[in-house]
Amino acid sequence: MESSKVIHAIYTDDDILMSAVKDVRAAKYHIDEIYTPFPVHGLDKAMGLAPTRLAITAFIYGCIGLTVATVMMNFIMIEDWPQDIGGKPSFSYLENMPAFVPIMFELTVFFAAHLMVITFYLRSRMWPFKSAENPDPRTTDDHFLMELSVANHNEIDMAEFLKNTGAVEVNLVEKAN
Amino acid sequence: MYTFSNKLKTFSFALMILGVLGVGYGFLSSHKSLDEVKTMLADEAAHHGGGHGEAHATHEVESHDMHADAEHGEVAHAEADAHHGDEHAKHVQHQIANRPWSALYVAAFFFMMIALGALAFYAIQFAAQAGWSPVLFRVMEGITAYLLPGAVIVLLIAVASGTIGHYNLFVWMDPEVVAHDKLIQNKSGWLNIGMFAFRGAIFIAGWCTYRHFARKFSLAQDESDDNRNFKKSFRIAAGFLVFFIYTESMMSWDWIMSVDPHWFSTLFGWYVFASLFVSGITVIALITIYFKSKGLLPLVNDSHIHDLAKFMFGISIFWTYLWFSQFLLIWYANIPEEVTYFVTRIEDYKLPFFGMVALNFLFPLLILMNSDYKRIPWFVVSAGIVILFGHYMDIFVMIMPATVGDRWFIGIPEISSIMLFAGLFIFVVFTSLSKVSLLAKRNPLIKESEHFHY
Repeated sequence: MESSKVIHAIYTDDDILMSAVKDVRAAKYHIDEIYTPFPVHGLDKAMGLAPTRLAITAFIYGCIGLTVATVMMNFIMIEDWPQDIGGKPSFSYLENMPAFVPIMFELTVFFAAHLMVITFYLRSRMWPFKSAENPDPRTTDDHFLMELSVANHNEIDMAEFLKNTGAVEVNLVEKAN
Repeated sequence: MYTFSNKLKTFSFALMILGVLGVGYGFLSSHKSLDEVKTMLADEAAHHGGGHGEAHATHEVESHDMHADAEHGEVAHAEADAHHGDEHAKHVQHQIANRPWSALYVAAFFFMMIALGALAFYAIQFAAQAGWSPVLFRVMEGITAYLLPGAVIVLLIAVASGTIGHYNLFVWMDPEVVAHDKLIQNKSGWLNIGMFAFRGAIFIAGWCTYRHFARKFSLAQDESDDNRNFKKSFRIAAGFLVFFIYTESMMSWDWIMSVDPHWFSTLFGWYVFASLFVSGITVIALITIYFKSKGLLPLVNDSHIHDLAKFMFGISIFWTYLWFSQFLLIWYANIPEEVTYFVTRIEDYKLPFFGMVALNFLFPLLILMNSDYKRIPWFVVSAGIVILFGHYMDIFVMIMPATVGDRWFIGIPEISSIMLFAGLFIFVVFTSLSKVSLLAKRNPLIKESEHFHY
């Protein structure tokens, strides 16, 4: 079984972490993952992560919700059984549209919100009973952990380099694939 | 320091001169004799073919004009046709005479409400102690300089229409009409010219007093060595906002809703507020982008533009929410005394009435939804121009159906009125902007604003 080596560099301050990220990227080491106890503003930019496309999916889901609401009420209220309910004009969808707008709006929001949340869970692989992927429990409290793959770099040099970026602890970890 | 460029000054004067000429032409060409109107109506009848008389009979009944209603009620329905024709021609004659007045009033109100909206936005920035906006304070103060002349002009046009004019905007100012109209008689405790002028004077005095002191404290803060002036600004802003929300509501009843004195709506004040607020914010954004493009606001960055565009986006949706809420409730309940308001608008103003929803809602919704687009000046500018045009149409559709009815058109009187007040607006605002530095120096939040980043 093949195994790969990673280095865990632990920081205790988000500002130091940010400057370390910049140094590490400048030195062309590869950052696998960073674990933080809270959102660090600007960390994604510093790491060079691609921007999220979650908002675009939400827009598409909203359009789907609007379509569902329109098609549903057009079928029920206009095509299937166009009754005269309190004198409301049910001859065409447009004529009675103001009455449908509250539902069209709510379903748009409902689809956009819920499907986006589900998309988020799927993309970030979160569900109940999922086993936590936390390499060090302190990262949920007050420590920041940067995981770098050793690949074909020299471990000693890397550890030294990371110490100099302000890491309080540098560990070499064997990771089973 | 900004110097009012000669080019822009000449441009504003050219607008004003062309505007005055067009407005003059509008007034000169709107006095038609009864015979001329009759000939015109006969011509129209010939073009439209038969069934015209019938159409007009329904029009008279549904018409919202008190003139027609009151007189029509007195005249027995069995009266001779000839007499009815006379009545109708008089009614149309009055509508034609109303057109230049209404055009002037709509344009005057539109530019006044931009200044008022900017003032409300300005006061909110102080009351909320917003950290992003202090670099824009001088732009906002410049825009609000138009409030005093603009609001006085609106009030003068309104009062003049009932004193020197022939009741061309507000039918309740006409004693003839009131004498035959029980509904207006019951409202005459509120709707009479004396009280109208008095209330208007109070509104304007209150708003302009706040504007005067806010500007004074803001300038004094630049020179002082403590924050006393800033604290005063905060306090008067909070006080003004309370005064503003009451007076803005009453202003909307007086200056706009009372053109239809038989109609009333409870959320009308908010609706007008949303309209003026979004117009004010849009003009702040447009002038900021203009100055930034000239390099006069080096501290304004993309994030400030982004924030302004977010406000344009959000308040546009807020306006739509109120527009739709007012429409839906009245449409759904369909109570005859309320629904006439929308019946006349949908029958005679279909394109402007629904067109403005596209301009004020769909367009900004789709253009300004994307976060990246909100940082691109030409996107914000084009959205802003559409929003401003949409809100001109909004005021147009509030005033015109009550005064000119189906005799509306966007022609020389309307366009030249816009040019007249646009010229005046540019002149007053840029003169005010050229008087002081474009950066509020010692505002306690200015550092945060300079480094504002979203």
